[in-house]
Amino acid sequence: MKRTGIFVCHCGINIAGTVDVKKVAKELSKHKGVVHAEDYVYVCSDPGQNIIINAIKEKKLDSVVVACCSPTLHETTFRNTSKSAGLNAFQCEIANIREQCSWVHKDMEKATDKAIRITKSTVQRVRRNESLEPISVPVTRKAMVIGGGIAGIQSALDLANTGFEVILVERAPSIGGHMIQLSETFPTLDCSQCILTPKMVEVSKHPKIKLMTYSEVQDISGYVGNFKVKILKKPTYVDPDKCTLCDECTKVCPVVVPNEFDLGLTGRRAIYIPFPQAIPATFTLDIKSCPGLLPIACGKCADVCEPDAIDYDMKPEIVEEEVGAIIVATGYDLYEKELLTEYGYGKYPDVLDGLQFERLLSASGPTMGKILRPSDHKVPKEVVFIQCAGSRDPELHCAYCSKICCMYTAKHAMLYKHHVHDGQAYVFYIDIRSGGKDYEEFVQRAVENDGVLYLRGKVSKIFEDNGKIKVWGVDTLTGKDIEIDADMVVLATATRPSKGADELAKKLKIAMDKDGFLAEAHPKLRPVESVTSGMFLAGAAQAPKDIPEAVAQASGAAAKAISILSQDRLYHAPTVAKVNINLCTGCGMCVQVCPYDALSLKDGKAEVNEVLCEGCGTCSATCLRAAIQVKNMTPLQVNEMIKASLGG
Amino acid sequence: MAEEFEPKIVAFLCKWCSSAGSDLAGVSRMEYPSNVIPITVMCSGSVSPLYIFSAFNKGADGVLVSGCHPGDCHYIKGNFYARRRIALVKKLLEYVGLEPQRFQMSWVSAAEGIKYTQVIKDFVQELKPLGPQKKLRRIQ
Ligand code: FES
Repeated sequence: MKRTGIFVCHCGINIAGTVDVKKVAKELSKHKGVVHAEDYVYVCSDPGQNIIINAIKEKKLDSVVVACCSPTLHETTFRNTSKSAGLNAFQCEIANIREQCSWVHKDMEKATDKAIRITKSTVQRVRRNESLEPISVPVTRKAMVIGGGIAGIQSALDLANTGFEVILVERAPSIGGHMIQLSETFPTLDCSQCILTPKMVEVSKHPKIKLMTYSEVQDISGYVGNFKVKILKKPTYVDPDKCTLCDECTKVCPVVVPNEFDLGLTGRRAIYIPFPQAIPATFTLDIKSCPGLLPIACGKCADVCEPDAIDYDMKPEIVEEEVGAIIVATGYDLYEKELLTEYGYGKYPDVLDGLQFERLLSASGPTMGKILRPSDHKVPKEVVFIQCAGSRDPELHCAYCSKICCMYTAKHAMLYKHHVHDGQAYVFYIDIRSGGKDYEEFVQRAVENDGVLYLRGKVSKIFEDNGKIKVWGVDTLTGKDIEIDADMVVLATATRPSKGADELAKKLKIAMDKDGFLAEAHPKLRPVESVTSGMFLAGAAQAPKDIPEAVAQASGAAAKAISILSQDRLYHAPTVAKVNINLCTGCGMCVQVCPYDALSLKDGKAEVNEVLCEGCGTCSATCLRAAIQVKNMTPLQVNEMIKASLGG
Repeated sequence: MAEEFEPKIVAFLCKWCSSAGSDLAGVSRMEYPSNVIPITVMCSGSVSPLYIFSAFNKGADGVLVSGCHPGDCHYIKGNFYARRRIALVKKLLEYVGLEPQRFQMSWVSAAEGIKYTQVIKDFVQELKPLGPQKKLRRIQ
């Protein structure tokens, strides 16, 4: 029989206000195996912890139950306290009588009865707890960053500059993400390319960074500190070492397809370089648009390529790597055109989305920075900007706020006025959300200095009429109907998780939230960690965010990754599955259900790989003979807990 | 008037979603009946049919298994196993004559304190008219 000590916390009046803590201690002192029971006002305080330490020593306790707040808060505290008094940390368990009892009930008698049951059930559990030591595993001191936008670039550079090797994987032919498409950035109006390209160059030149563009993560296995990844390197059919960027190939390529970089405002050839400053600086042959690699099909590009850089025989390659930590920075995409038909988006050429407008504003864009209508190349004199196109619309579109649109719309309207002095900009908005350093001042500048007209209300209808785009709406502040004959309409379309992020999340086994953004481990306290240990989140993949926030999170994620990579060994919870060889019949059912491939059959019996096992217990619920059990949560323990919960 | 029947309920909550959701209900000071004794398990997939039988056998008037929403299990697919297993157990319990309302499964995420509160309130309400569970209770 064990010698268990009980410590009931008052938590001020948080617990003691509804639970008769003295009675809990008294009842528990009568419980079998309990040799010490006391209550204290704050057990987590220093004197409170000393009470535990002294009791362990004086009463020779071999197990401890603290009846207090949720184990997510102080389990570690009290396990460390117990350890400092010479107990094994796993001989301490928490009975949650605050979140799951005192805070949700009002009737003292009933709440006290429930608290007693919860505590007794925890005592029953701890009575059969084994002493365990954390499982130690070595660490591979290398990281992988997925996504080469500003967030991924920042994480990769931070890691590399700390001295760790980094593999940066990007599925597009160049890094740079959406930021490289932008013209100028709010609220300073820095030229986006000018501030990003130095970082891109640094990535390409960094001895610690292995850049893999046109590549995708195919498969991943392993666990924190020791992931094994398979990366698919798609063939570009151009040898970057030989390519001299002479651009002869695009002159002869007969195919024109919409240019992704300009969001379809221009065309590109099947062989192309995404933009002049692309990193890596090389051409890519897009096999999907190419008429065919055989010389009879076309083969023109290879004919004119003097350095002989084009290699039609290039094959997809699978690269295997081992890394200790992973940062996911897959970014965002704009809401699909097909889903947002009410504004004529995708139907009228002069209804643009925010990124297309960025390209029109950009000095390196299709119009060399002149704002011209795509339909007739005339300068638009009346431009309507519509915010929340697809955001904050739970009935039809996305319920959430896309966060960056208020600010970039103000920037768009302001820059439009800088280009077209006699033009008029209108902004339809629901609210203006300009929280951020110098953001509110920026919006005010657009209104006051640039005469942007803000109209609070929604647009009801948009249609083409005589070369104009008629915009009907209501100004809800004045109650007046509004009709504008616009030359151009720019939609601040909702930001969505980037396409394919969901498949990647499944491969990585990280969770997504209801909107498909990657879920952080805790919304307040663990904002850069995913629920899977060793995997971190950066940038707009986790939620819509602007550049400074993405960069801050990227550096945070890098720091978190470094805290893993800088250790010699990692420790893993020892509450893993264990096989009773005498009961196991080798049926293999547990092997099939294990989500982590931690089980295998060896000599006709199940065997646990303790390093892979996460202790979920799916195996134990599947085993017909209870031959496989999770340590410290065995069926016998659960059974005793049930008994104590219902007893009396 | 006779005292109102208060059902005894055992709730198996997975640590990552439902137990966290029930913690959130506490943090937000929501109120619900005290009839439920929670037992936090690692995952709804670890709830063996034996636990459910054992609870009824030891006098539970109702048993709840609550896990992460399908697709959101911390252990990827534990709750899919739970869902299938529990459907079978439910059939079996009905077959032996237990009222189907006595055994329930719910999906409560870590953010759904309100939902957890509602699940418990509804469960208690449904159990009250049924009176004590005698079918599977061990004869003392
Ligand atoms: S962890 Fe919640 S159901 Fe698996």
